[in-house]
Amino acid sequence: MGRFHRHADGTEHSHGHDEGDHDHDHDHGTVARRDVGDHSGYVVTGGSRVEVLERILDENDRIAATNRAELQGHGVRTVNLMSAPGAGKTSLLRRTLATLGARVRIGVLEGDIATSLDADQLEGYGAALSLVNTSAGFGGECHLDAVMVRSGLARLPLAELDLLVIENVGNLVCPAEFDVGEDAKAMVYAVTEGEEKPLKYPVMFRAVEVVVVNKVDLLPYLDVDVERFRQNLRDVNPRARVIMTSAKTGEGVDEWCAWLAG
Amino acid sequence: MCEAIARKVVDRADGRRVARVVVRIGHLRQVVPDAMTFSWELLTASTELDGAELEIEHVPAVVECSACTATTTLTMPVLACAACGSIDVSLRSGDELLLVSFETVEQLDHAPVGEQR
Repeated sequence: MGRFHRHADGTEHSHGHDEGDHDHDHDHGTVARRDVGDHSGYVVTGGSRVEVLERILDENDRIAATNRAELQGHGVRTVNLMSAPGAGKTSLLRRTLATLGARVRIGVLEGDIATSLDADQLEGYGAALSLVNTSAGFGGECHLDAVMVRSGLARLPLAELDLLVIENVGNLVCPAEFDVGEDAKAMVYAVTEGEEKPLKYPVMFRAVEVVVVNKVDLLPYLDVDVERFRQNLRDVNPRARVIMTSAKTGEGVDEWCAWLAG
Repeated sequence: MCEAIARKVVDRADGRRVARVVVRIGHLRQVVPDAMTFSWELLTASTELDGAELEIEHVPAVVECSACTATTTLTMPVLACAACGSIDVSLRSGDELLLVSFETVEQLDHAPVGEQR
């Protein structure tokens, strides 16, 4: 008693009033500040402090769990494919569809901010395509979240698919934070991006099972040190598997497809 | 991210004015405090959360080593024991992404005393 406190749902709150770090020293303007005797150091402001202590993305994670259950219920293996813009995700996917398409029923959920350019490139390979534009009602997000994927799943014949590839928005930061309901995360990294990327974007490189090192056909023309890249990757994610590919020449595409198909 | 925070706060604030929102972000999360504050201000401007201050509590990345039993704090994104270099470590803190609390402002005249609801 004696403090202003409101529970939104009456459950699972940790109050922590004994931490002694609640003496806010900021000014609330005209609102008077009062000390409350039974909570040492706790100053209220005439309003109330509402303890929440919830994971910020728990709503996303709940919907991701729904997606996962639905996909697994249909026996669809789902891979969330991420990369920086221009690393070659779409080119690699075209190769993938050409290689695997005859024996694996593939769906692609294509995340793009505004255009259908990437999805258009995947037409004609017999895969089921679902385009999610993150600018259409989703605020132009730089990533796919579980809700967007949920909306995209509704347009796919899940009962007729073996494999779903989610081509995330080109970005190394935000997509790594959002579970969308996939079985595995993988990323495409182009050798032109430099060796330091794993150290600069550790969250992404730590989140993935597989790093596809793409554009290896360019290696003779670059100064990039692939061994140093591998060491940097091992430092942030010792378990990540590296697959060297060239979406241009087709090198390594079979190895990638074998992993992708599960 | 800011949208998820705003949604949670608005749902619970129940129409009351919000003065301050406290989040707890682990060091291993790719959250840049200034960028987060900036996008919070952009997102909340001219909404019911306009003027609500976002406070970010930073949590260091602490790992416990299975090889040498040391507990160390990471400064690099490299997930390894800072004492012996072993990668056989378990994370004790640093991956938090929590909405801790928020504070509302109410008219003093109507300020209730004691527990509400």
